Amino acid sequence: MSTVILLSLVLMTLALCLVFARLFIGPSLTDRVVALELFSSMIVGIIGVVAIATDVPSLLDVAIVLALMAFMAAIGFARFLERGGPRDD
Amino acid sequence: MIEFVKQGLILSGAIFMFLASLGLLRLPDLLTRMHATTKAATLGATLIMLAVALHFADVAMVTRAFAIIIFIMMTAPVAAHVIGRAGYFVGAKLWSGTVKDELRPNYDPLTHELKSGQETAANAARQPRDDDAD
Repeated sequence: MSTVILLSLVLMTLALCLVFARLFIGPSLTDRVVALELFSSMIVGIIGVVAIATDVPSLLDVAIVLALMAFMAAIGFARFLERGGPRDD
Repeated sequence: MIEFVKQGLILSGAIFMFLASLGLLRLPDLLTRMHATTKAATLGATLIMLAVALHFADVAMVTRAFAIIIFIMMTAPVAAHVIGRAGYFVGAKLWSGTVKDELRPNYDPLTHELKSGQETAANAARQPRDDDAD
């Protein structure tokens, strides 16, 4: 069990590094918003794995709140882009 | 047995998330990147939450895990739609190998009007009749 958890945590950390690379180089603002969205849903998964590894059930509440906040952030970013964001980056 | 199923769910969820990030890094334009991230990341989070539900196996935890699954499955398409729409309006460049963009000839980005491609003078003057199909 612990090797599987270790392996999946290593995989997801590597994935976070790749997403961070896209967040850094992303040519436009919308690419960065997509990267942030993926970041948050990946962190929901990491919190789930950590909850299994440490046997702490209340970590799931953190995952619920994080998923909610990520959705609100995506909607807010999209409104900002359509209404008055930079047009030519 | 449950242990093996749990391990398989965790591992496949992690692999799907890794594939999502690989797609985000490697694919050429905004819409293809969103195609990679939304589906794969949703599936990865769903599989890991199923593993959490199997691990804790009591009513409160299973309810929370399924609430997270349903919430992610309902919000991910909405967020992807909104971001894709904003990206299209802001003027995200499509990949050079794009075959078809059906919105481009029919859509007016200034007035936000979508044409059906069948506007004629006769159609514009036509009044609805009783025997029209709804």
